[in-house]
Amino acid sequence: MKFQSQSVAMPYFIAALGLFVGQIIFGLIMGLQYVVGDFLFPEIPFNVARMVHTNLLIVWLLFGFMGAAYYLVPEEAETELYSPKLAWILFWVFFIAGVLTVAGYLLVPYARLAELTGNDLLPTMGREFLEQPTITKAGIVIVALGFLFNLGMTVLRGRKTVVNTVLMIGLVGLAVMFLFSFYNPDNLVRDKFYWWYVVHLWVEGVWELILGAILAFVLIKTTGVDREVIEKWLYMIIAMALITGILGTGHHFYWIGTPEYWQWLGSIFSALEPIPFFMMTLFAFNMVNKRRRDHPNKAAVLWAMGTGVMAFLGAGVWGFLHTLAPVNYYTHGTQITASHGHMAFYGAYAMIVMSIISYAVPQMRGRIANCNRAQVMEMWGFWLMTVSMVFITLFLTGAGILQVWMQRYTDTPLPFMTVQDKIEIFYWLREAAGVVFLIGLVVYIKSFFTGSEQEAVEDYTKSITQRDYAAAE
Amino acid sequence: MNETFTKSMARNIFYGGSLFFILVFIGLTLHTERVLPERDHRENITPEVILGKKIWEENNCIGCHSLLGEGAYFAPELGNVYKRFGNSTAAIVGFIKSRPVEGIPGRRSMPQFNLTDEELQALAEFLKWTSEVNTSNWPPNIQG
Repeated sequence: MKFQSQSVAMPYFIAALGLFVGQIIFGLIMGLQYVVGDFLFPEIPFNVARMVHTNLLIVWLLFGFMGAAYYLVPEEAETELYSPKLAWILFWVFFIAGVLTVAGYLLVPYARLAELTGNDLLPTMGREFLEQPTITKAGIVIVALGFLFNLGMTVLRGRKTVVNTVLMIGLVGLAVMFLFSFYNPDNLVRDKFYWWYVVHLWVEGVWELILGAILAFVLIKTTGVDREVIEKWLYMIIAMALITGILGTGHHFYWIGTPEYWQWLGSIFSALEPIPFFMMTLFAFNMVNKRRRDHPNKAAVLWAMGTGVMAFLGAGVWGFLHTLAPVNYYTHGTQITASHGHMAFYGAYAMIVMSIISYAVPQMRGRIANCNRAQVMEMWGFWLMTVSMVFITLFLTGAGILQVWMQRYTDTPLPFMTVQDKIEIFYWLREAAGVVFLIGLVVYIKSFFTGSEQEAVEDYTKSITQRDYAAAE
Repeated sequence: MNETFTKSMARNIFYGGSLFFILVFIGLTLHTERVLPERDHRENITPEVILGKKIWEENNCIGCHSLLGEGAYFAPELGNVYKRFGNSTAAIVGFIKSRPVEGIPGRRSMPQFNLTDEELQALAEFLKWTSEVNTSNWPPNIQG
C-alpha cells in the first residue's frame, strides 16, 4: 500500500464479505424451499428469501466496487484520497441503510414496508432487483454522489491513468443508469423496457468497465507487464463490451410487447457479447505468461485468471446458449435463465471483487502477500466455490432443459408445478452443490485469519532466496 | 496485439464505437416508443389496471412468479394466467383468496395476502390487460 488513505477500502471489503455470507445462507434457504416447499413458511416466504439473496448480492458487489475504487484510485493517481473521512461517513450510511432495508424485508410484510416507507409518494418498489424502498434508493444515489465526488477530486489532482479513467466512466455510468430505477410507468411494457436500462446496462454494460479496470490494475501489479500493453487491451475489451452490449439489450425485448425488430438486433448483437469476455480470458492469461516478475501473491493471480475464465463461461457461453430469439422463445424465464445468472454473477463480478480483495487486503495489512499456508487455504476456497458453482450451473441447466421440454416444447405441455415435481432431483443436487459452495466460502474467510505477519515475511524471504539460488545455478 | 495498432487507436474505437451505439440505441428507443401503442393496447389501461399493477408491486409478486417471462421461477408464469384460467378474472380472484394461511405441508404455497375485494379485482384486471399485450406469440403454449 502506497498511501495511507487507501486503507479506507478495508471496511468496505469486510462488509462485502460479511454480506456475501448472508447472501449464500439465503440462497441455501431458497434452494431448500424449491424441494421442501413449506420450509420456513410462512415466516420467510420464498419471495422474501429471494429478495434478500439478490439484494445482498447487489449490495456486497457495490461495497466491493467501492472498496476497489478507494484502494486503486489513489494508487493510480499517486496521491492521497481527497477525503478519507467522507469515505468513512458514506460507508456507515450505506451499511446502515443496507442493514435496515434487509431487516425491513425480514421483519414486516413487504406491503407494510411499502406503506411505512411512503412508496405511495413515488412508487418504485416491487420490481425484480429494485425492491428497495424508495428512500433506500435515494440513499444509494446520495452515497454514489459523495463517492464519485471523493474519487473525482482525487483523480483530478493526481496522475491520470487509463485504469482510473475507465473505472470512473464505469462508476459514473453505474450511478446514471440507476436513476432509471425511479421511473416506474403505469404501462407494464414501458416499465419493463426502462427497467432493463438499469439491469442490463449495468451488468452487460458499465459494470464490465469496472470489471476491466479492476482486472487491469491487479494484472499490472502482479505481473509487472508494461502499462502501455495492458491499457491497450483494456480499451479494446471495454470497446467490445459497449459495442456489443448496448444493442445487446435487445435480447430482453423479444417477448415483453416491444416491436419485433428487436429479435434481430438483440440476437445479432448479444451473440457477439461473449467476445469481450473471451478477450478478458486471453488478456489475463497473456499477461501472466508475459510476466516480468513472480509476485508472491499467487492467490491473487489465481483469482484474476479465474475471473477471466469464469466470466467467459458464465456470461459468455451460458449467455449465448439462450440468447438467440428462436431459442429464447422456449427458454425465456426458465431454470436456464437461473443457471446463466448464477455463473455469470459469480464468474464476472463476485470473482473480480475477490481478486482485488486478494491482492489488496494483504497490502493493507502491511505484507506483500500472505504466508503460504494462508494462500493455500484461500486457493482451496477458490476451487471449492468455483467448482461447486460450475455444478450449481450444470444442475440448473439440466433442470432447465427438462423444464423447457416438458412445459414448452412438446405437443402435450404439462402444468408448471407438475414439471417442477418431475425435475426435483436436479434441485436436490443443486442444493448439495450449494452446501459445498458455503463450505468453500467458510474456508476462504478462514484464510484471512490464518498465519501471522511473521510467517508471511519468512515465506517471502524463503521464496526470494530460492529464486536467487535458482538464478545462480 | 502488435505495434502498428496503438493504444490511441484502441481508445478511439472505444469512444467512437460507444458513442455511435449509444446514439443508435436512443434512436431505437424513440422508435419503439412511437410504435408501442399498437402493441400494448394502452387504451385499456384503466385506473383499476393501474391500481392492480400497484398491488402486484407492493406484494412483491415478482419474487416468486414470472410476468412475461421476467421475475422468479418458483411459481407459474402469470402473463397468460387470465387465459389459462379460462378468460376469467373471477377464477384469479378466487385462487388468490383461497390460499391457506399456514401453507400446504411439504409443498410450495402462495401466501395469504389478505387483499380486499377491490384490490383483488384490480389485480385480476391488471393480469387480464397483461395477457392482451402483443408479445409476439409468447409464451409458446397455455402452460406459460
